[in-house]
Amino acid sequence: MKTIEELDSQAQGLLDNFRKLTTVTPKDRMAIPPQEMPSQEPEVRRHNTNEVALGYTEAQAVIEANRCLQCANQPCRESCPVKLPIRDFVHAIAQSDFGGAIRLIKEQSLLPAVCGRVCPQEKQCQSSCTMGKVLKNPSKAVAIGRLERFVADRERESGVVEMPKVAPATGKRVAVVGSGPSSLTVAADTRRAGHDVTVFEAFHKFGGVMQYGIPEFRLPKAIVNAEVNNLRAMGVHLEPNFLVGRTKTLGELVKEYDAVFLGIGAGLPKFMDLPGENLPGVFSASEFLTRANLMKAYDREHAATPLPDVKRVAVCGGGNVAMDAVRTALRIGAEEVYLVYRRGRDEMPARAEEIEHAEEEGVKFHLLCNPKQILADEKGQVRALECLRYELGEPDASGRRRPVAIPGSEFELAVDTVIVAIGNVANPLIRMTSEELGLEFNQKGLIVCDEMGRTSLPTVFAGGDIVSGAATVILAMGQGRLAAAAINEMLAKK
Amino acid sequence: MKPYTVLAKQQLSENVFQMRVYAPLVAAARKPGQFVLISVDEDYGERVPLTIADADAGEGSITLVFQKVGYTTTKLSEFQVGDALAVVFGPLGRPTQIEKVGRVVCVGGGIGIAPLNPIARALKNVGNHLTCILGGRTKSLVIMEDLMRSYADEVIVCTDDGSHGRKGVVTMPLKELCESATPPDLVIAIGPPIMMKFCVETVRPYNVPITVSLNTIMVDGTGMCGGCRVTVGGQTKFVCVDGPEFDGLQVDFDGMMKRLGSFKPQERRMMDHACHIMNVAEQSALANK
Repeated sequence: MKTIEELDSQAQGLLDNFRKLTTVTPKDRMAIPPQEMPSQEPEVRRHNTNEVALGYTEAQAVIEANRCLQCANQPCRESCPVKLPIRDFVHAIAQSDFGGAIRLIKEQSLLPAVCGRVCPQEKQCQSSCTMGKVLKNPSKAVAIGRLERFVADRERESGVVEMPKVAPATGKRVAVVGSGPSSLTVAADTRRAGHDVTVFEAFHKFGGVMQYGIPEFRLPKAIVNAEVNNLRAMGVHLEPNFLVGRTKTLGELVKEYDAVFLGIGAGLPKFMDLPGENLPGVFSASEFLTRANLMKAYDREHAATPLPDVKRVAVCGGGNVAMDAVRTALRIGAEEVYLVYRRGRDEMPARAEEIEHAEEEGVKFHLLCNPKQILADEKGQVRALECLRYELGEPDASGRRRPVAIPGSEFELAVDTVIVAIGNVANPLIRMTSEELGLEFNQKGLIVCDEMGRTSLPTVFAGGDIVSGAATVILAMGQGRLAAAAINEMLAKK
Repeated sequence: MKPYTVLAKQQLSENVFQMRVYAPLVAAARKPGQFVLISVDEDYGERVPLTIADADAGEGSITLVFQKVGYTTTKLSEFQVGDALAVVFGPLGRPTQIEKVGRVVCVGGGIGIAPLNPIARALKNVGNHLTCILGGRTKSLVIMEDLMRSYADEVIVCTDDGSHGRKGVVTMPLKELCESATPPDLVIAIGPPIMMKFCVETVRPYNVPITVSLNTIMVDGTGMCGGCRVTVGGQTKFVCVDGPEFDGLQVDFDGMMKRLGSFKPQERRMMDHACHIMNVAEQSALANK
């Protein structure tokens, strides 16, 4: 692995040569090698919680941006959930106009430093990048996410952050419930329109999944806090320790506010319904990650919240949350960490980079395996996870090949901790406490709304995981953006 | 006033404290049977569920009664009037169903007497005949007795060592009531898990409905972490959203007690660590003198 200094001097050399060209042809751009992300060494980082990816240097960013072919039809923009002007901001970086680049991004996205880090770019913008197609290797697409992160970090670290303008006060009040990506987007966009906005959060810190779920080594909390502080500086009120449905009901908020946005998030963790699942030593990924991240339990010297003394851990699931859980387990001192997933590697929903990072750090993957039961020792503590092997059969409704159990293939993984990361079901609390309002929910308990986030109630809007089930930060932001537009439109008519 | 400021503090027994805390939204919304999560430190604190013993919506205060058992409750016991908690979050859980059923017996053990108080009073206020059985290891651990005597039709006190009331455990008078000519129509038991388990086994043969209020490990209190899960009637339930009250006859107490022990070694280490820090601080203070 090359150090950041080596990668930088390499990029500087490439840039010097590139700048000597009198005319630049697409062939010259294709000849620039994709820039590698400087990262902490796997052996070092698996023992600390610092961010794994260190970010491009300026020379790396500029030379990487010059790989962009500046396509007229902008396929990357089409495949971005919030339709960022990707070609144009990449062009600005190629010209070393970093201020111009971040301004273009911020017209469409509130959280570029976050999205640059956690978006599944290889499934979105970078999947349709012409460079990746020409080179017949999607991993050689222009590194759009890394470039977005570069300009966002540069602006934040400069200490001079351009704040969006706030329109004159309208006197209209907006309640935003939750403080994850969809809610923060709604708060910013409705505040910009001049409304009086209050964000209600159940935890004592703001940011939702970016705060409690996504680990420090992937998304430093200082970045999330900086984004939240920007909202505060715009005049958004932030109310922590407030659970809608209990501290106040949705009905009360509807009476007190001109518009209410529900971005209440993922809800209850799904369990596998297996024998032994309620044994001590079995955690939902949400509990494990919340203890580690929000409650800072990785910092055993200072934190009051305990984490189990894990030595051998099995994590069940194949998404980003499962990857976060295996890598967190390593960082709190686990010696052996297994990932158990019932499909194959290509079917894993996690970001490619997270899967690679987990493998580099020494996580052992048990693919095409599914847990059958959790076994306890004589003291009632977890001693093993019994699994069954699978093979891939015909494609199912999702287009992925369906895993089929191989009879008699049971085997035991000796572990002291099992973490279940197979998703969430809707939290029933709002529904339980607002029956009289007639807010419409679907069969899964998710809030029913149109593409603009309008629910069955005229002043109530929704977005994020409580609408889509489980999705990504960027999709939640996209929904927040649309809902905010619908709220602003409704309030303008009132 | 700063949110979550301590307005009053009283030591009820060696390890039991009562605090009135400024939390106007919780005070206005809370109903009998609900609880809060508290934390004593914004950055490094843990979130611990505590029951609400009383509330005064006019003053905007709630009354917490807690026993010094772990790191957070020990820290909290050192808070003085004017100090502010980092977090008071709630009210959480489904409120108790308060209705007239006839004869109600409320069994409270130790610190469990505190959450029982608002429930018992509300049940009395709707016209039930109310018997309270209060138990503790010794006299000083039987709290709020005078308060409950002020509204209950009958109060029976039991102590393990016989230092106050009857010598023995709460299940003895409970069994007698079940066998009497006027058996209870409803029993509510709140206390240590083992007490609730034995109350359930005491009433089971008599077909008396029994409600228990569970206090489990929790992180968020909104249903997100699932740390509070218990098996009730063969199904997994979350204490924070489905409870805290459940049909006692259906609860798997043994499984719950095992889960409650999940973090015992870590908790002990944390206490040792805290003691170590305090000792170091004291020694350096002495050295500076």
